[in-house]
Amino acid sequence: MAKRTPLYARHAALGARLVDFGGWNMPLHYGSQIAEHHRVRRAAGLFDVSHMTIVDFADPAPTRALLRYLLANDVARLYPGKALYTCLLNEAGGVIDDLIVYDRGESGYRLVSNAATRDKDLAWIAPIAERFGAAWRERDDLAMLAAQGPEALARLEPVLGAATMAAVRALKPFHALEAGGLFVARTGYTGEDGVEIMPPATEAPELWDRILAAGVAPCGLGARDTLRLEAGMSLYGSDMDETTTPLVSGLGWTVAWEPKDRDFVGRAALERQQTVGVPQTMIGLVLEERGVLRGHQHVYVGGHEIGQITSGAFSPTLNRAIALARVEAGVGERCQVDIRGKRLPARVVKPPFVRHGRSLIE
Amino acid sequence: MSSIIPAELRYTESHEWVRANDDGAITVGITDHAQHLLGDLVFVEIPEVGRAVAAAESCAVVESVKAASDVYSPLDGVIVEVNEALADNPELINEDPYGEGWIFRLKTVAALDGLLDARAYEAIAVAEDEDDDGSLANPKLVE
Repeated sequence: MAKRTPLYARHAALGARLVDFGGWNMPLHYGSQIAEHHRVRRAAGLFDVSHMTIVDFADPAPTRALLRYLLANDVARLYPGKALYTCLLNEAGGVIDDLIVYDRGESGYRLVSNAATRDKDLAWIAPIAERFGAAWRERDDLAMLAAQGPEALARLEPVLGAATMAAVRALKPFHALEAGGLFVARTGYTGEDGVEIMPPATEAPELWDRILAAGVAPCGLGARDTLRLEAGMSLYGSDMDETTTPLVSGLGWTVAWEPKDRDFVGRAALERQQTVGVPQTMIGLVLEERGVLRGHQHVYVGGHEIGQITSGAFSPTLNRAIALARVEAGVGERCQVDIRGKRLPARVVKPPFVRHGRSLIE
Repeated sequence: MSSIIPAELRYTESHEWVRANDDGAITVGITDHAQHLLGDLVFVEIPEVGRAVAAAESCAVVESVKAASDVYSPLDGVIVEVNEALADNPELINEDPYGEGWIFRLKTVAALDGLLDARAYEAIAVAEDEDDDGSLANPKLVE
């Protein structure tokens, strides 16, 4: 049976359309995915993302050594309260998962990774962590809520209180704090301002109710996907997986090459790929005619197939179809996408497509 | 989730509705049940007027935020009119599936007797609701 978050009863009561998502029964939408998308771009929306995997490492010193070896980005760049986006690679440089690591100072490190990859991530990390003497535990006693949108912080003011919110407002993006038993991070997956909050699971339903009562609309994972695509953010399993390296996935910027003597899993494979030449690149596409871009559609230039769409959708903000595609390096400004046997013209753009409610592609 | 199933219409197992017009043509759209399951519609590929189609032949595509789905002709016939308004406003199918959200009109000499009546279609829709895992149970509708 599919797993349920502590907020399952709330979703059901709100009339959510519940679907299987990586083994979890999660809300796809509460009526209209497009309305929820606009709500986040224009005001504020609340997502239940308690299905995400949260792992805490309590002991800072061995964990720092572990994570510098385990992750392609370098936690040496962190300081207490700072977060880092990174890939978890295998020896071939393939992406096992993408995750965010938070530096919690004396309390150690927190990793937040995907839901569907939970078992394989933990199976990969456990023996390496043991080698480094870094104890960890999964925090399935925590829930996770994402309040996102230009009005999110203002709406949270009466919920979290003036003192906490003053501290939250002072947080820069990709920073976190802990106050009143809550972990609050200025992170998200929408391209809007907002926070991700990790309360104890037992307190999550009441917190959810209070945030909704403050005027933040419940939003499902459907809107979360179109928001992240507009924001040019990668989705694990669609845009990258164990058969692709970060370098062919538009994630080269997350690989910390310096210092040169840092040995991390996958480094040798990535260096080899750089030496022989990175064969593919991730691009953004905007369909120039009516239609919808979808994953696995084929991309052509001059009759020659150059790659495939990895994520595609109708963009509610831009009112046209957009996509991320992995194609041969060196593509120009135009291409065609095969949609049901017709080759429709698309423009090549550099993601993100939308940031803070505004189009970046015109 | 209960959906609207007008008693005076005929239906297909692949979730089209059919209305007999006075002029002998039929009007075709997708049911309220189908639009619920598909979610917000964002694109409709309508057929060309004058095209001859066979029963169960795919002749339009409706694309929602989730997926692209074929729309099948309920009977043999010729497309005589299409709903051009769907090009700019695909959401008409969500808002008014049996009215403004109609998709095409078909000139046909075939009898409607072989199509489902409202009661028979309701049985299909209810069975799907009970088995709702986020996709349409009838594989014909989802690519």
